[in-house]
Amino acid sequence: MDYQEILAKYADMPGGMIEAFHAIQEELSYLPEEAIIEAAQVFGKPVAQAYGVATFYSMFSVKPRGKNVIRICESAPCHVAGAAEVVAALEKELGISMDSSTADGRFALEFTECVGQCQGTPVITINGKPYVDVSPAKISGILAEYK
Amino acid sequence: MAEEMRIVLRNYGKIDPLKIDDYIALGGYDSLNKARSMSNPDLISEVKASNLRGRGGAGFNCGMKWNFAYQAQADQKYVICNADEGEPGTYKDRLIMENDPHTLLEGMAICAYAIGATKGYIYCRGEYPSVAKTLKLAIAQAKEKGVLGDFSIEVRLGAGAYVCGEETALIESIEGKRGEPRIKPPFPPVIGLWGKPTIVNNVETFANIPVIVEKGSAWYAAIGTPSYPGTKVVTLTGDVANKTFFEVPTSTTIREVIFQFGGGIAAGKEFKAVQIGGTSGAFIPASQLDTQIGFDAMTAIGAALGSGAVFVLDESRDLIDVTARIAKFFAHESCGKCAPCREGTMRVHDLMDKINGGKGVSADIALLNKLGRVMSYSCLCGLGQAAPSPVLSTIEHFSADYNAKLM
Ligand SMILES: Cc1cc2nc3c(=O)[nH]c(=O)nc-3n(C[C@H](O)[C@H](O)[C@H](O)COP(=O)(O)O)c2cc1C
Ligand code: FES
Repeated sequence: MDYQEILAKYADMPGGMIEAFHAIQEELSYLPEEAIIEAAQVFGKPVAQAYGVATFYSMFSVKPRGKNVIRICESAPCHVAGAAEVVAALEKELGISMDSSTADGRFALEFTECVGQCQGTPVITINGKPYVDVSPAKISGILAEYK
Repeated sequence: MAEEMRIVLRNYGKIDPLKIDDYIALGGYDSLNKARSMSNPDLISEVKASNLRGRGGAGFNCGMKWNFAYQAQADQKYVICNADEGEPGTYKDRLIMENDPHTLLEGMAICAYAIGATKGYIYCRGEYPSVAKTLKLAIAQAKEKGVLGDFSIEVRLGAGAYVCGEETALIESIEGKRGEPRIKPPFPPVIGLWGKPTIVNNVETFANIPVIVEKGSAWYAAIGTPSYPGTKVVTLTGDVANKTFFEVPTSTTIREVIFQFGGGIAAGKEFKAVQIGGTSGAFIPASQLDTQIGFDAMTAIGAALGSGAVFVLDESRDLIDVTARIAKFFAHESCGKCAPCREGTMRVHDLMDKINGGKGVSADIALLNKLGRVMSYSCLCGLGQAAPSPVLSTIEHFSADYNAKLM
């Protein structure tokens, strides 16, 4: 589905811009500028407001990014459980640093705050799916699911 | 010896959460029918008398809040469930929604009847996509069975903003806007979603309601500590042997939570500090471990029960490093609407990083103390007001840790 169709689907939902943005990201992994401009029109808001929404929430990206979004929790419980080592292992495995994407467009690496899976720190999520008790040794096995 | 007591998690592991019939077989939705046989004021009085206070952090009397919305005159009213659960170290609301979604729906439907609302929203954090799916399925099943009557519920997803747990920011977000808190008053029970009277309650608060209606306010009020009765789900993280969750009466002490339920400190080390209520909570030293986890007992020691997260640190931990990490959290999550929070959280983070990096001087600690106190009363919402509390409490109780890192 392209973003025009998605926006049309949500047009009648009061306050539905955020839901529409989620749906667009599911397809494209980010919010293209044209989609934000069109969202403003569809929901009858100034473009500045639509852009304001797109940039307020940490799960939304206004820049293109890899298809599979890997987020590493750096909140205090994950921090003391060794999140930094997981970060280092992911950076090494993918050959990129945090807040960037692989050249083939397959993966994006981002920090997140607590994702509510703190029974198994440290935690990462890929496209919203949580992986708990992550260690550097487990990284390549987890990534293989997305290759 | 303290014992676990399951009220909000009563059906945990006993039912298939994806089957409404399982819930109904255990008496599910009987309380809603009972509530609907009562007059609205009687129902609200019952909830008020139970002295159930909000489990989302502010501890407001639930029935009293409902009464404000009941008395407000409007053509439309709303019931919102706050399922944003953003406090680091907390996953209690997820446990309830994943394992017993109908108890939440039933609690919301009872509230809707009490205040006269026909429309409800569950604002579920964007980090819980599978929970949102479970909730949508549960809503569809409830609709098919007709148990909710004329009350309809919609699930809305958050998108990764801690401040959206604040009730007015949450309302802004449901309206499709940036999640910036509103100036209060007016409070949501008077002017809330789309300007209409709105009840915002936490997941755990709603999950208590069916049981209170079933067993009565007197039964509930007698559990735990009288000023904040009932149970609390606590989630244990950090250097504790059992990194898991428990539902315990609110008269349970911090010591019992950590050393009895949590099995003590992991790897045979010594206790150093515990932060309760999430990342905005105070760090508590060993001398205060006999405090009960009830709302007022925690407030009395300058801490907060908050979400019930219990983050334990052992003797080997660098408390300044952890506090600096937490300061970064608030600098990142401040929405930027009010200056004391926007600037304050950034300065606190700068100062904590400076001290953590071994470049701090004692004047920095004095500055942190002053800045923290100013923020605690001048910030617009609870985010900025509570943000300094980990810093202020570590300066108060663990000053030696700071001094050891000064230049
Ligand atoms: C920064 C901030 C974050 C909050 N996050 C949450 C949250 O994630 N969940 C929640 O229920 N309440 C949260 N609250 C409290 C809500 O504003 C509100 O008090 C609560 O939802 C009311 O429900 P209750 O009375 O059932 O506790 C937060 C408050 C602040 C200031
Ligand atoms: S602290 Fe990392 S998932 Fe909760």
